[in-house]
Amino acid sequence: MIDGFLALYIFMLAAFTGTEIIGRVPVILHTPLMSGSNFVHGIVLVGAMIALAHAESPLAIAIGFIGVALGAGNAAGGYVVTERMLEMFKSSKSAGKK
Amino acid sequence: MDMATLLEYVAKASYFLAAVLFILGIKRMSSPVTARKGIEQAGIGMVIATLATFAITGGHNLGLIIAAIALGVIPTWLWGKKVAMTDMPQMVALFNGMGGGSAAAIGASELLKFTQPGAAAPPFAMLTLAVVGALIGSISMTGSIIAWAKLDGRMDRRFTFGGQQAFNFLVLAGAVLAGLALVAWKLDASLIVVFFLLALGFGVLMTLPIGGADMPVVISLYNAFTGLAVAFEGYAMGIEALIVAGMVVGAAGTFLTQLMAKAMNRPISGVLFSNFGGGGSGEAIAGTQKPIEASDAASLLYMAEKVIIVPGYGMAVAQAQHKIWELAQALIKAGKDVKFAIHPVAGRMPGHMNVLLAEAGVPYDLIADMEDINPEFKTCDVAIVIGANDVVNPAAKTDKSSPIYGMPILNVVDARQCIVIKRGKGTGFAGIENALFYQDNTRLLYADGKEAASSLITEFKAIEGGDGH
Repeated sequence: MIDGFLALYIFMLAAFTGTEIIGRVPVILHTPLMSGSNFVHGIVLVGAMIALAHAESPLAIAIGFIGVALGAGNAAGGYVVTERMLEMFKSSKSAGKK
Repeated sequence: MDMATLLEYVAKASYFLAAVLFILGIKRMSSPVTARKGIEQAGIGMVIATLATFAITGGHNLGLIIAAIALGVIPTWLWGKKVAMTDMPQMVALFNGMGGGSAAAIGASELLKFTQPGAAAPPFAMLTLAVVGALIGSISMTGSIIAWAKLDGRMDRRFTFGGQQAFNFLVLAGAVLAGLALVAWKLDASLIVVFFLLALGFGVLMTLPIGGADMPVVISLYNAFTGLAVAFEGYAMGIEALIVAGMVVGAAGTFLTQLMAKAMNRPISGVLFSNFGGGGSGEAIAGTQKPIEASDAASLLYMAEKVIIVPGYGMAVAQAQHKIWELAQALIKAGKDVKFAIHPVAGRMPGHMNVLLAEAGVPYDLIADMEDINPEFKTCDVAIVIGANDVVNPAAKTDKSSPIYGMPILNVVDARQCIVIKRGKGTGFAGIENALFYQDNTRLLYADGKEAASSLITEFKAIEGGDGH
């Protein structure tokens, strides 16, 4: 259990960080960035794993199992599509070198 | 220090490292030069955090955890590897929905834990955030699935009925009331079921009436929602990495949603609560569409010095991006100044068009954003519009009755000549007539995008060859 006000500060600072770090993103990267941030919230997998590990009743296990599968899908799928998109971005210089 | 405490320290340290890698990764993804390193870094963070979690689960339900991970990873990995670039927006929507569902499942399991006989009453803040996270996560999950189905063409674009907004509001109010009752009154199993059904139902209802043109904003909004849901469930479970990563994504996603809504000149509330591309269809347009043959279009290009190509989603549907780049290369070789102009919401998501052009091999420094390129149309000899419609419609500036009035557009209408490559005389994604097509300096080349580009290349090279002799 994290102290309420400490948590509030974490929420606030993380929110500013999120806005700041993408504030300078050029439009050409908006889609990969959305996809990349979509991948990052795949960290929910960790929470679902812990929930499943602590689950005892069949219902809790079923819910935990679904949570882990969905979280893993978010992380894996999000990574693959972001990587594929970013792989293609080349400037005319680097394209010329090839 | 015993083993369990030590493992917990290792896990907590790994989560901290993962959070740092996520933030650095997202930051690197904000420049085309470092973007690929960024996603790789975030990926390393994810692997570290996942492995560290095995250390603190003490082997409980280990087989199930591994099975569930395999079940989640294998199909999405394979699917993500082979999906076409044009289908990326709906894939992002789908993966985002999975994340929302996972957060909702965590919320459900937390609430369930508190209903066990003999369970200690949960602290107020913890219970509240678990409920709020579950609400947002559920909405994000079903909403994203509907967004996916719509973009994937599995569902009619819009679904409306009388009193829809009032009905939707009632469902949301019901979900919120059920959530309040869980927090303030009693944690009852059947009440939890009602709460989730209403929340999941609201996600569906909220997305049904939204038209395809607004979908980018909606996906981005749900991406932010999932981030917030993850952050709140992270608080309920006491995992700081979830709070930080979820909140960073929640804030970045909200900011990105605002950028997009601004680019379309649509307040977010307008996207969610009014229907786009239905209602009014604007003033009728006088005049006729003037067709042109590929050979004449090629000679216009031959005489031009400066050419701006305006691609839209239709180009990608026709798979014409490779041919268009080939045409652009032929023009560049002939000494012409060629640029690609991209509307912020071209494609199905902001930046989607850039991805599609990058796939075809167009270097990103030839691609210009709307703000940079708009003043240049005045000095441009020929503008080629391929598969774009609403984003070049001057009615957005001149016709107050048009549903897209006020949306920023590419000023293609300022170019000396405009060639529009188009399959037929239909209207665009938003179903609005385009005044550009009736302008005196606009010629329409009716053809499939790919064929049109091929014949332009052939004709252009023929003129060039003829001139050389």
